[in-house]
Amino acid sequence: MFDFGIWTSEFNRFLLGTGMAEWLAVLIECIIIAVLVLGAYTVLALFYILYERKLCAWFQCRLGPMRVGKWGLLQVFADMFKILIKELIELKGTDKFLFKLAPYLVITSSVVMLACLPWGRGLQIIDYNIGIFFVLAVSSVGVLGILLAGWSSNNKYTLIGAMRSGAQMVSYELSLGLAILTIVVFAGTLNINELVMQQDKAWFIFRGHIPAIIAFIIYVIAATAETNRGPFDLPEAEHELTAGYHTEYSGIHFGFFYLAEYLNLFIVSGIATLMFLGGWMPLHVPGWDGFNAVMNWIPSIVWFVGKAFFISYVIIWFKWTFPRVRIDQMLAFEWKYLMPFSLANLILMAVFVALGWHF
Amino acid sequence: MNLLCSISNAELSITAAITGIGLVFAALLIAKLISPKSYSLRKAEPYECGIPTRGHSMIQFKAGYYIFAILFLLFDVEVVFLYPWSVVMRGMGPQGLLCIGIFMFVLVLGLAYAWKKGALKWD
Repeated sequence: MFDFGIWTSEFNRFLLGTGMAEWLAVLIECIIIAVLVLGAYTVLALFYILYERKLCAWFQCRLGPMRVGKWGLLQVFADMFKILIKELIELKGTDKFLFKLAPYLVITSSVVMLACLPWGRGLQIIDYNIGIFFVLAVSSVGVLGILLAGWSSNNKYTLIGAMRSGAQMVSYELSLGLAILTIVVFAGTLNINELVMQQDKAWFIFRGHIPAIIAFIIYVIAATAETNRGPFDLPEAEHELTAGYHTEYSGIHFGFFYLAEYLNLFIVSGIATLMFLGGWMPLHVPGWDGFNAVMNWIPSIVWFVGKAFFISYVIIWFKWTFPRVRIDQMLAFEWKYLMPFSLANLILMAVFVALGWHF
Repeated sequence: MNLLCSISNAELSITAAITGIGLVFAALLIAKLISPKSYSLRKAEPYECGIPTRGHSMIQFKAGYYIFAILFLLFDVEVVFLYPWSVVMRGMGPQGLLCIGIFMFVLVLGLAYAWKKGALKWD
């Protein structure tokens, strides 16, 4: 496996070797990181908009966007430019400060989470020793942005949408956290890099077998709800709430929520990849040395992005297959089924770890 | 393993946060510069169903959500307690299992109580 850390540490040595002050070197590196994160954010958002539109079209036996560019590849650029030149409508009666603050919170939380993901060997920006806990903590800030957006808009639809979204996101955050905890019990660490390194022999979903597979299923369901997607897209149920919490936002203001939604889809897929499917670690089977060597030829970043796109595909598939649930069904599903199941699953995993019934 | 070893994680987190803020700020600035502007009283009204909106919208609303929020608070604090346990669980073995078993038992009792009282019912 090629270690991208060689490039970065070489660059660091080069900067310090030119004799500049250390704070200047740190500043330059921070700016380069900011540019990289911004680039990744934009490219992913554009890719995901096209990905979802194409997939949804194929599920419905359509072709999707085809006119702009080859196979409609340039459609997203046209869309983004159009959204940029739309008027930002100022409404009366809104809470101006909160109304403008909400997109900042939503976007910032998704950018910080994106920076925590392990993209490849040595390609990780933020690496706390409590990494995965940090990611979950930052994801809660996004909920705040959505609640503020709904509250400050002075509109009944947005208020109901925001309340639903808040209830849904805080409820499913529990099962999400418990599913992640199940793997943390197994791995014994919260550090993202160590979590990936431990899946060197085989991915956690194979090593932890039964409890890990249950946790994976719970995680995917909870992640679908966390991103306000699929059968759980009540906060923006079009037929009852027009667009939910972002009804009153126009132009690029609306675009921020749109971008953050797609980025959150990528981030939850990335965390699923990291916790269950080995992060950037290639598919390794103990004993099959030739096979493992072949798998190591595929670059780590391709593994990570490929697995994340696969999980996103599954979540998009949910959205275009299942009908929307009602709010009482959704909350009852979380509190009466998913939560008790994930608690029981956590205990099951603890028993398996204590007795050594795993690989 | 950081991307660059000489920068602390806190600095990197702040960089990422500033990147997010900068993205929103820059995009808003561009949109302000190139987008058209107009104002009319009708346009500034909330988008509801066509007739003028009645009353204020920032109101106290639906106690059902409030109960779920309280329950969430309870269980989220529990999950926070579980994090340190989960990291050391492997080293503690059966003893760790026993400790968390008692903790979980009390919590599941709480959930069962809320369930029995009908707090999980939506009406």
